[in-house]
Amino acid sequence: MQAVRPIPAVIAGDRSQRARLTGAILVLLLLITAVASLGWGASGTSLSRALSNLAAGRELAVQDRVVLLDIRLPRMVMGICVGASLAVSGALMQGLFRNPLADPGIVGVSSGASLGAISAIVLGGALPAAIAGWLGWALVPLAAFAGSWITTMLLYRIATRQGRTSVATMLLAGIALGAIMSAIGGLVILRANDSQLRDLTFWGLGSLAGATWPKLMVAVPIMAAGVLSAPALARGLNALALGEAAAGHVGIRVQRVKNRAILTVAAATGAAVAVSGGIGFVGIVVPHLLRLASGPDHRWLLVNSGLLGAVMLLWADMASRTLIAPAELPIGIVTAMIGGPFFLWILLRNRGVLDL
Amino acid sequence: MSLIAQDITVAIGRKRILDGVSIEAQAGQFTAIVGPNGSGKTTLMRALTGELPHRGRIALGGDEIDSLSPEELARRRGVLPQAAALSFPFTVAEVVRIGLEARGERDDALIPAVLAAVDLPGFSGRLYQELSGGEQQRVQLARVLAQVWQPVGVDGPRWLFLDEPVSSLDVAHQLTVMRLAADYARRGGGVLAVMHDLNLTALFAQKVILMGRGKVLAQGCPAEVMTDAILSDAYGCALRVNAVPAQGIWILPQASLPEAC
Repeated sequence: MQAVRPIPAVIAGDRSQRARLTGAILVLLLLITAVASLGWGASGTSLSRALSNLAAGRELAVQDRVVLLDIRLPRMVMGICVGASLAVSGALMQGLFRNPLADPGIVGVSSGASLGAISAIVLGGALPAAIAGWLGWALVPLAAFAGSWITTMLLYRIATRQGRTSVATMLLAGIALGAIMSAIGGLVILRANDSQLRDLTFWGLGSLAGATWPKLMVAVPIMAAGVLSAPALARGLNALALGEAAAGHVGIRVQRVKNRAILTVAAATGAAVAVSGGIGFVGIVVPHLLRLASGPDHRWLLVNSGLLGAVMLLWADMASRTLIAPAELPIGIVTAMIGGPFFLWILLRNRGVLDL
Repeated sequence: MSLIAQDITVAIGRKRILDGVSIEAQAGQFTAIVGPNGSGKTTLMRALTGELPHRGRIALGGDEIDSLSPEELARRRGVLPQAAALSFPFTVAEVVRIGLEARGERDDALIPAVLAAVDLPGFSGRLYQELSGGEQQRVQLARVLAQVWQPVGVDGPRWLFLDEPVSSLDVAHQLTVMRLAADYARRGGGVLAVMHDLNLTALFAQKVILMGRGKVLAQGCPAEVMTDAILSDAYGCALRVNAVPAQGIWILPQASLPEAC
């Protein structure tokens, strides 16, 4: 137990109380959503029936156990990790680029991750068996990580001059980088066989359906490391909002913060894309909503983004499982249908401020 | 305890923006850097704060600034930039807190005090982006002030580096800010400010550094530097010190203030 500290008088403009409350609500929401997503699906398995069976000391039916433990549970874990990774990556990139329109999906970072993942899926067989066997399931996430890291660094180099980031340059350079990455990805896909092609198509639209425990064993630690280490960058990103020079003058090691932020985005986005494909707009919608709710202070924004990102992706996944049941809608379509118009709304609202 | 810069040279491409500039500023004094547009004032300030790569040596209170960590430098001096756009909708209190955190403290009780010092009482809940340019400039000053609130710390005097601190302020707030800086110096801190307004400089500065074409043309107390001949030559137009024009009106704040220097 920690000693109880006296509660300081609240100063007008201090939104940390509100941010804390938001965080508490989000934790509650995430718990409820996670449980709901276990009980939600195309098969007739119901969580409450399974639990009451367990409570009564009866064995679970094999089908129920498989559905719950090997299909829905890994899918829930992956939804939480991917949603948190994408939202935190978005918040980090927006802080790094100092503008609210930066998002891994929009500025080509996800395309870089995709290129890495595609290359690993299609060309991975060409690796010497010893190396391929040793890397195993880690090959795809690692390749995606490398792809997104290279793209983020290139983008930062291009879009930032003398410590200032131009929004127009960033968006346009992101489009160009994304196009290049997709083109190379297309070339690689030409070498794919039929079954790889079907995998790639479904994966490219974004889905949590591929969640399996072996995949998660590799991807979850990378995503968790990214999401959990992000709050350490909060003070640096707050100061960076004043510009790089001013951040240095308040004692921030600017270059170190930038490098860590880029590395974190690359890890979290890379692993998320590797396991779930092209799920867009989570990184832009979530931090924006939270800034409206409790301000842009990154100490709360990064933590709350992780929570809300997880909640929103679980909702989107539940929608994708039920909207055209028994078939399944790729979750990337659901997030794009909501996120696309939202992005336009932010753009219109900020037209004057962003100097586009 | 002083700020000593020796032989500072800054070159962009082949062009030398600063050419062998040596200056000295004492804690306990308001030191102003003046000069015409393009004379290298802001470049000198940015070299002194370590923002620009430069040749030459800069020592603050006896320590080479290159040998100090960013955290240590932040405890010793605050830097007010010329213009500061903020990329996210922070409130005034949140901006000031960035300055407070720079010295590893979270004493939010100081926020109302610094805001009162820059004549923005009750502004802590306002959004920075919704303020006028002059108000934003004063919020930034409050942030810098929060960072080095006590003019003298255990490790010696602290410094305010101000790049055109009154450029977008009305006359009343120009005086507020100049008095604030002069008071900081009187209590033992160091103040180095890039100034455009020669009258305010003459009023408040104890030392003036006059720049021209990347070199120091003159430095010393205002009476030595600010003479008809030196100023006219530096600015390339006829300037007469202390000459009331024969016609028209003249609005200056001297009447209400004690003499400086």
